[in-house]
Formats: sequence, structure tokens, C-alpha cells
Amino acid sequence: MASSQPIPATRARSRMQRFFASEFFHNYKRNLSAVLGSLIVLGFLVMVTIGPLIVSQNPYDVSQLDLMAAFKPPAWLAGGSSEYWLGTDGQGRDVLASIVYGSRISLIIGLVAMGGACLLGTTLGLIAGFYGGRLDAVIMRIADIQLSFPSVLTALFLMSAFGTGLDKVLIALISVGWVVYARTVRGSTLRETQKEYVQAARVSGLPNRKIILRHVLPNVLTPLIVVATIQVGTFVLIEASLSFLGVGVPVTQPSLGLLIKNGFDVLFSGLWWVSIFPGLFIMLLVFGINLLGDFLRDELNPRLK
Amino acid sequence: MSNNEQHSKPLLRVQELRTWFYTFGGLVKAVDGVSFDLAPGEIMGLVGESGGGKSMIGFSIMGLIDPPGRIEGGRIEFNGKNIAGLSEDEMRVIRGKEIAMIFQDPMTALNPLYTIGNQIEETLALHTALSARERRAKAIEMLHKVGIPQPEQRLSHYPHQFSGGMRQRVVIAIAMIAKPRLLIADEPTTALDVTIQAQLLRLMRQQVVENGTSMILITHDLAAVSQMADTIVVLYCGRIVEKGPAEDIIARPRHPYTRGLIDSIPHETAENDGPKQRLSQIPGNVPDIRKLPPGCAFAPRCSRASERCRMQDPVLMEHNAIAMGSGKLRPHAVACHHPLAVSP
Amino acid sequence: MIKRLIQMVIVLWAVSVLVFVMMSFTGDPTFMMVPLDATDEQIAQARRILGLDESHLVQYWRFLSNIAQGDFGRSFVFRQPAMTLILERLPATLEIVFLAMVMALLVAIPLGVYAGANPKKPASRAVMAGSLIGISLPGFWLGMVLIFVVAVKLQWLPSSGRGPTTEWLGMRVSFTSWEGFRHLILPAITLSVGTLAILMRIIRAEMVEVMKQDYIKFARAKGAPAKVILFKHGLKNALIPLVTVFGLMLGDLIAFATLTETIFAWPGIGKLLVDSIYRGDRPVIVVYLMFVALMFVVVNFIVDVCYALIDPRIKIK
Repeated sequence: MASSQPIPATRARSRMQRFFASEFFHNYKRNLSAVLGSLIVLGFLVMVTIGPLIVSQNPYDVSQLDLMAAFKPPAWLAGGSSEYWLGTDGQGRDVLASIVYGSRISLIIGLVAMGGACLLGTTLGLIAGFYGGRLDAVIMRIADIQLSFPSVLTALFLMSAFGTGLDKVLIALISVGWVVYARTVRGSTLRETQKEYVQAARVSGLPNRKIILRHVLPNVLTPLIVVATIQVGTFVLIEASLSFLGVGVPVTQPSLGLLIKNGFDVLFSGLWWVSIFPGLFIMLLVFGINLLGDFLRDELNPRLK
Repeated sequence: MSNNEQHSKPLLRVQELRTWFYTFGGLVKAVDGVSFDLAPGEIMGLVGESGGGKSMIGFSIMGLIDPPGRIEGGRIEFNGKNIAGLSEDEMRVIRGKEIAMIFQDPMTALNPLYTIGNQIEETLALHTALSARERRAKAIEMLHKVGIPQPEQRLSHYPHQFSGGMRQRVVIAIAMIAKPRLLIADEPTTALDVTIQAQLLRLMRQQVVENGTSMILITHDLAAVSQMADTIVVLYCGRIVEKGPAEDIIARPRHPYTRGLIDSIPHETAENDGPKQRLSQIPGNVPDIRKLPPGCAFAPRCSRASERCRMQDPVLMEHNAIAMGSGKLRPHAVACHHPLAVSP
Repeated sequence: MIKRLIQMVIVLWAVSVLVFVMMSFTGDPTFMMVPLDATDEQIAQARRILGLDESHLVQYWRFLSNIAQGDFGRSFVFRQPAMTLILERLPATLEIVFLAMVMALLVAIPLGVYAGANPKKPASRAVMAGSLIGISLPGFWLGMVLIFVVAVKLQWLPSSGRGPTTEWLGMRVSFTSWEGFRHLILPAITLSVGTLAILMRIIRAEMVEVMKQDYIKFARAKGAPAKVILFKHGLKNALIPLVTVFGLMLGDLIAFATLTETIFAWPGIGKLLVDSIYRGDRPVIVVYLMFVALMFVVVNFIVDVCYALIDPRIKIK
């Protein structure tokens, strides 16, 4: 908290400098898996943003597909062509191009659903923790019941009720994902509201909304970073499962999971690359996210230090 | 108090023991060149402030130093055999049977998921060929000896059903049941109520004397040691600053640090007519052991420190002292450039 | 004890409400029942037969009282009581879930204990990296890889179906015959990997904490060998949190069985559920849900009992 008014640029730079000099960054540099994890995640982000510009075709533009090139194996196998590195599927779609587009859908679903679940769960958790009473009881009972059900199953039921669609997948994921935030935030809110500064703010007559947003919220966010990071990976996996079962994204917007499903039908004829490569990319993406999440948990969770 | 003294070879001979810890913050020489002998049946007090490396001597003897710690050098001769650096399997036969240890906190030393009967008998199961029935009988006998009422019923109780003092009695029972030749008690009463401390010390002493067991009592409580021990070793920053017969050290300390420790004991036995003395305190704190100054480690806190103290390490020098009672000569050693004068 | 029973009933009731609400919002099953060219009259009649012409409250009441009487409705597709369908297919699911659980425990416990007791060793780090991959890969995809490599390429094991079954304790099971067991292996491995990885991580994390405790050092000071220290004093203390998540693990296994059974064409309740979702076979979905809910409630109760058995400090409420 500088006393004078610093020039914004300097402040930003000094914050950067402080970050690079921090213990957090120091530990990050020493932690091979954290660096590896962030490289993987970064790689995926780059791939889904500029990837579509680089790959040779848009797999969902029918005019770009060449049926003559159907079921080509990966480039390094006999019969493969250097044009299609990871081979092609039954419609002559480049598997790599499908993966680039599919990763984009998977990642967007994971991130947006995480954001939604975080927003919903944090709000409910703050309300439950701050106001307590019957509202708290109702919210937490719902959370308890939902937690006793595996999230894949709950999402599966919701999807069976809603029908397929990107928006519906998001709703299903948010509905199963909010609980963990609500519980975490409620716990820390309860602790936080006991503290003197919140009591003081209450006594001074500050409106509850302001107390929550200004005093409670900033202090309950840290543990959520870990939850949120890992949840993106979990969501990518759940979405893949739903799409694999045919109740996820529509065929016009195939995620990595749907690509696996499409490839499964031809797996028994030995055309393994259509389904195996998308799965490998899911694994890589979620692995990277989990590596990062593990590191963040070790760093941000003071109990373990 | 020296009637336990025998003329045989020492049971335990520690020579130039160095136990170092390689921590992220730097090298910690928790034990740095410590030597002492312990005769069979002898009770030795190992005294110093917390953080002085006392416990690490105990763990070194037990072979329980875990990374980042290591026994860097020296010998630990137990019964004529060097046990420093023995393998885990070789050490296992000694632990619990030959050398037993009592931990500081009885609340955490017992496994919460097993009955105390199970935990007492475990030692016997590990080191003897007794049958289950015999083990049970021994365990009952032992619980009785350490003063736990209704031992038969108590065998099937879990640790959480005992008070702290009772748990420490159980721990003592576990340590003593295989009749070890050496007992290492690491701050055995620190975690307990003052009223119970004396009881337990008496109990331990009685157990040790009864079995002819030698004992190392590790503590920061000089008062407790002065009542129990035959010899006292005073430790400061991983090194011995003074050692000798207990009465001699208490009555005529030669190291300023020992003097300081003695002066900070409340004198309940002081003459009633004497003026109420204020308890004195050693100024300053135990220094960061990773960044010890050159020369004597105690110099920064010592009123007698000279230029020489800050330059040159004092060596442990023996003086001959006459042990009270027996009139025999026993060595009294001190590591100080300016030892306190022996006032008659 | 009574309090717990009431809790169990409340949870089941809540599930019944949720199921009912969800089902009422989803499509109209009438169209599953009538021919495509049905007249309005026929449709209305079908609605009356299904009881859909009445208010939601009445419908719910009928739904609840039917359930209470053990009548869960008939499958639209199979024209059989839905409960019978579930019970028929349950042994197949229990078989792979059980085998997967056993495999997960058999691998996860020794590896988790080892990695927890020696956290710095390279082998432990490898175990941890492996477990992280295990929780990062989609289980159904792993099943496909196994099918392709083991069944299609190497032709060691069958790729799908249940194989011959025999009667055992009134259930039809596969594991009693060699051929049946061969059919079990791949689905069970597929199902167990995720659980195995999570179990291993939990055991490791708990063991790391437990190994720092004084009672471990005290056990070493007694002269206990590594086996006794790790498994008697260490593992049992690490088991308590493990037992807590066991209920959740079982739930996950049942959930992922839907995917595994779909891949391996394994005729269990998971595949039945997925098929029923495709066909809009509402009664079967409802029974599945209620049945699974009941199972979880019972398992959680058993978990609490185990808890008290392991830890003397905990009393069953």
C-alpha cells in the first residue's frame, strides 16, 4: 500500500518484479512437474487459439473433405500420407485437425463450466456462510445429497432429461460442480465472519452486501484456485464421458470425447488412430492441468507446508 | 547416590559423536563431537535448553536419525560393540530389547487404534518367545508395577481412555517390559502436570534401579536431574560444556552456562530465613545453530567472555573432583577459557 | 441408530422428488407408447392410461405410493417390471465392480504405502506420476486401447460380452468358469484404473502424515520391523480417511460402470441405463436411480460402522 500515488506502469512492473522474486515463483521454478504442467496447458491454449489457422482443413466444412482420403493411417505407417499426420477418419477428415477443433470445444466447455460453477457455488456458499439459519441448512442439505451421488451419474441424468447440446452440457456440469465451491466458501466464510474486522464492519452499519464483497470474498478466494484448476480437468473428462455415451455435445460440434466415440465404431476393424489420438490428447490436457493443480495445492494450502 | 557405580567397563561409550542435519536453511550440527561414558546402572542427566541437540543424542543412540539428518562421525559403543551405522535389521534387535526409549509426549506416543495391552505385549512378541498367555501375564504385572490400578481390565482399554500421566506410565511399562540394559528418557515429564512429574520420575528411578538398567535422562529441568542422576552432562549448541558427578556439578558448577541454569532453578529447599532471591535468567537466547559465531558458542550470552572466547573454541578439560560421599576421585570436565573458580 | 434410519429415508425421499421432477420436465413418454400415426383420441387415451392427465401432485403421490409398495412400474420397451430388469442385470455389474475394487485395493495399498513411507525415493515419484496419469485419462478410452491391443491385435482375451455364466447363490455369474473369467478381465481392469489411482494417492498422502507421528517412531524404538510399522501401525491409521471415501469410490465405480459396460457390451445395469436413456424408457431410469440411491445410502451406513470398528475413539451414533 504505497502512500503516494505511484504511476500505474511502475506499480504493475513492481508487482511483476515482486512476483518473480516471490517464494511462490522460486518454488515454481524448482518444481519440474509444475513447469511441465503449465507448458502443457499453455501448449493447449496456443493450439486451440491459433491451431485452426495452421491445420490444413476445417474438418466441419464438408467442401474441404476428400472422401478419397478416408481412413488413411498416420503418416509414419505404410499407406500414410504426410498431408495427414495422424491419419484420417471415414469421411477423410484429418484427425489432427479434428483434434485441434475438438480440443477447443472441450477446453471451452471445461473453462466456461468451471467459471459458472465457481460463480454459482461461491455465491451460494457466501450466502449460506454469512446469513446462516434456514437458508444455510437448505443449501447445504442439497449439497450433501448431491455429493452422495457421483457427478458423472448426475450429469448423465441431467443430460438424459435435457437432451444433447453445448448449453445443456454446460448446465449439467455447473449443476454438479457448484457444490465443492459452496462447501469450501461456506467454511471459510464462517471462519472469516468470526474475525474482528468483519464484526467491526457489521457494527459500523456497513450493508451486508458490501461487507460480503469487500471483506469476506477476497479472503475466501485462495483455496478456490486449486479447486477451480483441477475442476477444469474433471469437467473435460466428464464432458468426454457424456459425449462418448452420446448425450453430450451435438455431432456438429464434436469435442474430444465425441471424436473417441466416432472412432470407437471403427476400432474393431483395426482403424485405431481415429479414436486413440483424441484420447491421448484428453489425457495430456488433463494431466497438465492436474500437475499444475497439485503444485498449487502444495503451495497455497498452508496446512501441508 | 553413586553406589551404582561399578568398576566394570562402561555399558555405553559415546565418542566424538557428530549428528548433522542437512536442511534447506543450512547445515545444522545438532550433535557436534560429543563423548561420554555410561556405566551399568548409572543414571546420567543430559541437560540443556531446548534446541540444544539433547534429543538428537538419544535418537542417534537408538539409530532413529532420519534424513535429512545423518550420523556424520564418531562411535557409539554399546556393550563393547559399535552400533553407530548398524543396518536397520541389526538395530531392530537392539531397540526395545537392549535399549528402550521413552518419548516426551505420552499423548502421541501410543497408537490410538490399538489397546494398550496389544501395545505392551508387542514389545514382548518382538523380542521374546513367550506365549500369548505369558505375555499377557507379564503385561499385567508390568502395568501393576507402574502403578496402574486394575491392570487386567485396563489391558483392553485404548489410549484415549487414559489421562496423560497414566499414558506415560503405560509408555514406561512398554519401555521397561523387556528389561532393557539402557533406558533413554527424552523429556519424559515435560508434557505433564507439575504434580505428576515428581511421581513419574520417582517411578522411573525405581524401575531402573530395580532392574539395574542404565538411564539417560534428557531434560531441560536441572532440578529433576539433580535429584535423580549420578552424573550430569550439560550440553550447549550440540557440544558438551560441562560434565561430572551430579552433586559436584550442582554444588560447584564451573561453566558459566551451568551456573546460569542452576541459578534459574527455584530454590524451594533454600533456608527459610534467607532473603527471597529473584530467579535469575540467562540473558539472550540460544543462537541459530546454523550460524554459530567463531569461538565459544556461549560467548555472546556470557558475562565473563573475553576476546579469546570469541576467537578460539574452548576444549573440554578434565579436572579431578572429589565426589561427595564416596570420597573417590571422579572426573569433572569443563569447556571454558574462564571457568568459575572452585570455591570451597 | 434411529436417527440414521430417518436420515436415510429422508435422502431417499429427496431423491424420489428430484427424480420425479426431472422426469416430468423431460419429454412426454406418451409418444413412446403410441404408433406414429396415432389419432388425438388414441394419444389422449394413452395419457389416461399412463396417468399423465392428472396434476403433478397427484402423479407424484401415485408415484410415491407405488414405490412404497414396491411397484416401480413397467419398462416401456421390455414390457416387464423395471425392478425385475434391474435385478436381473445387477449381478453382472456387481461382478465387475467387485473385481475392479479388489484389483484397485490390491495394487493401491502396497504402492500407496510404499510411496507414503518413502516419499523421496525415485520409485515413489514414479508411482505418483503414474497415479496422476491414471486420474487424467478417460477410463473408457483406456478400455478401448485395451480392446484394441489385447483383444484385437494380440487376441489374448475376448473384447466384449459376458461369456458363459453359471448359477451361484441364486445369481448368474461369470467368474466361476475360466471362459467367463476371461471375459471379466478387461472390463474390470478398465474400471479399476481410475479408482486405483485415486486410492493410491489418498493412501500415500495419509501415510506421509501418519509416518510423521510419534507412535510410529515409538514403534520403531520398540524394535518393530518395517512390515509391522508400515502395515500394523501405519496403514491402519491411514485407513480411516480411506474408509470415508470408500462409499464415494463405490459410487464412482457404479457410475463409470455405465461407460465400461457400454464399451464391452457387458449386460449390466449400467448398459441397461444407457440403453434406457436412448430409448426414453422412463420407468427403468427411475428404478435405476432409486436403486442406486438406496445402495449409496446403505453403503454410507456400512462405512460409518466400519469407521467405528477401525477407530475405537468413534462411537456409532
